[in-house]
Amino acid sequence: MLRIESIGKTYKTGARALAGISLDVNEAEIVAVVGGSGCGKSTLLRLIAGLDHATLGRIQVDGDVITAPHPAVGIVFQEPRLFAWLNVEQNIGFALADLPRAEREQRVATVLRRIGLTEHAKRWPRELSGGQAQRIALARALVAQPRVLLLDEPFSALDAFTRADLQDHLLALWADYRPTLLLVTHDIEEALVLADRVVVMQPRPGRIAAVLKVNAARPRDPTTREFETLKREILGLLGHTRHAHAVAAE
Amino acid sequence: MSATDGIVPLNLAPASARRSGSSSTRLALLGLVLPVGLALVWEAVVALGWVQGRLMPPPSVIFTTLANLSSHGDLWFHAQATLARVAAGFALGVAAGTALGVLAGGSVLARALLDPTLQGLRAIPSIAWVPLFILWLGIFETSKVALIAVGVAFPIYLGTLGAIQAVDRKVIEVGRSFRLSKWQLARRILLPAVLPHYVVALRSGLGLGWMFVVAAEFMGASEGLGYLLVDGQQLGKPAQIVAAILIFAVLGKATDALLVAATTPFLRWQDTVGEADPNGAGG
Repeated sequence: MLRIESIGKTYKTGARALAGISLDVNEAEIVAVVGGSGCGKSTLLRLIAGLDHATLGRIQVDGDVITAPHPAVGIVFQEPRLFAWLNVEQNIGFALADLPRAEREQRVATVLRRIGLTEHAKRWPRELSGGQAQRIALARALVAQPRVLLLDEPFSALDAFTRADLQDHLLALWADYRPTLLLVTHDIEEALVLADRVVVMQPRPGRIAAVLKVNAARPRDPTTREFETLKREILGLLGHTRHAHAVAAE
Repeated sequence: MSATDGIVPLNLAPASARRSGSSSTRLALLGLVLPVGLALVWEAVVALGWVQGRLMPPPSVIFTTLANLSSHGDLWFHAQATLARVAAGFALGVAAGTALGVLAGGSVLARALLDPTLQGLRAIPSIAWVPLFILWLGIFETSKVALIAVGVAFPIYLGTLGAIQAVDRKVIEVGRSFRLSKWQLARRILLPAVLPHYVVALRSGLGLGWMFVVAAEFMGASEGLGYLLVDGQQLGKPAQIVAAILIFAVLGKATDALLVAATTPFLRWQDTVGEADPNGAGG
């Protein structure tokens, strides 16, 4: 349903951010994109979101070619980017302004309950912790019921406990709304815990080095042998051979 | 903040609030000590005959003057004239400054076109326009209002432009990802994001409005608080001058407080100093 066809992106400066990226993502699939900084993974996400334009190739969602932000595509950024002048429920309902009031309130209440922040409905964003704010950002993107949700390193600014908590919330919300998820992350473990497939990218120019399938059932145990093997393989692809050996030796 | 606020036992909150409330009142009262003390000393020194108090009348004389002025209706008549000028000049200045600020903030081309000229004009001390305004617009109301408007417009222009430029592009991007139209983007994101800075600009504009109304009334007025100042100087009535100054202070402060009160409901979301959060954000 999300089809990326030989995408290339060259900046005006001549720097090649992406070259020959092709990927098909299925309905309700979770795909993680990993890679070092500068491999163009965030750029790819911005192209799919319609916030930026590719110089080559095209991206389709359900057959629509993406040229601008598309109603079926939502995005969550690394920072919560909440609207400081709106309280929690107004933030979540932001994209539902055209709905009748009753339906909007009902949808917002449902997702608030799901992320466990019902009693925070009237709070201002400045009164929230980082993890709470990012949960609201997730909810804000999901109540619009996008068919594809893009996540740009959404948990990278959080501490390890909060991150694990947010990953659980993400999977729960995904089970409710069943969007296709494309998650950009630099955390290999996060990719392996969440994704059906992991896309490994390499830099200069940003390209896909490999696509690995993760078959284990969720919730996943990151201490299994299969998990370790995949992790080592990805580290190797990313050029961390020394680290890969270290993992192998353990 | 969530961690510490969560730990504070709820039953302690009112007590600590009361304590900090009374201490802030005490601090506010401390600010009265100096002016009231000086006034009393001056009153005593004049009453004891140590100084004449002709050029700097004691508080009792000033209050008598104020009472006389207000009982004859003069005070309200002059204050009204001044208020009307400030209101008209402020309104025009805000309209012009905001319109130019929005243009320059909204489009790179408009900024390149307008900003250098406006910055150049801003470098001219506003009072320098007075002779020209009198030649162009005559000596009556129009030239006075024009001077005030010019004085008000520049801080509003700068404030509006700066506020628009300071809006977080990342938050605008969220609006774009939700496919807001240009108009929706302006109304639902830019406007609320700009408001806090804009209110600050309005307040400094209003302050300048009060400054320039005095200059405007100095250039020949037959009514207004500035006229009371000039009249007091020419006829040697220092009490009247001080009385007019006091009225300026009161009106300036009152209009500023009015502006703040009118805009506070829209800015409740802002972090304000000393605002206690009774429940804490929780985990």
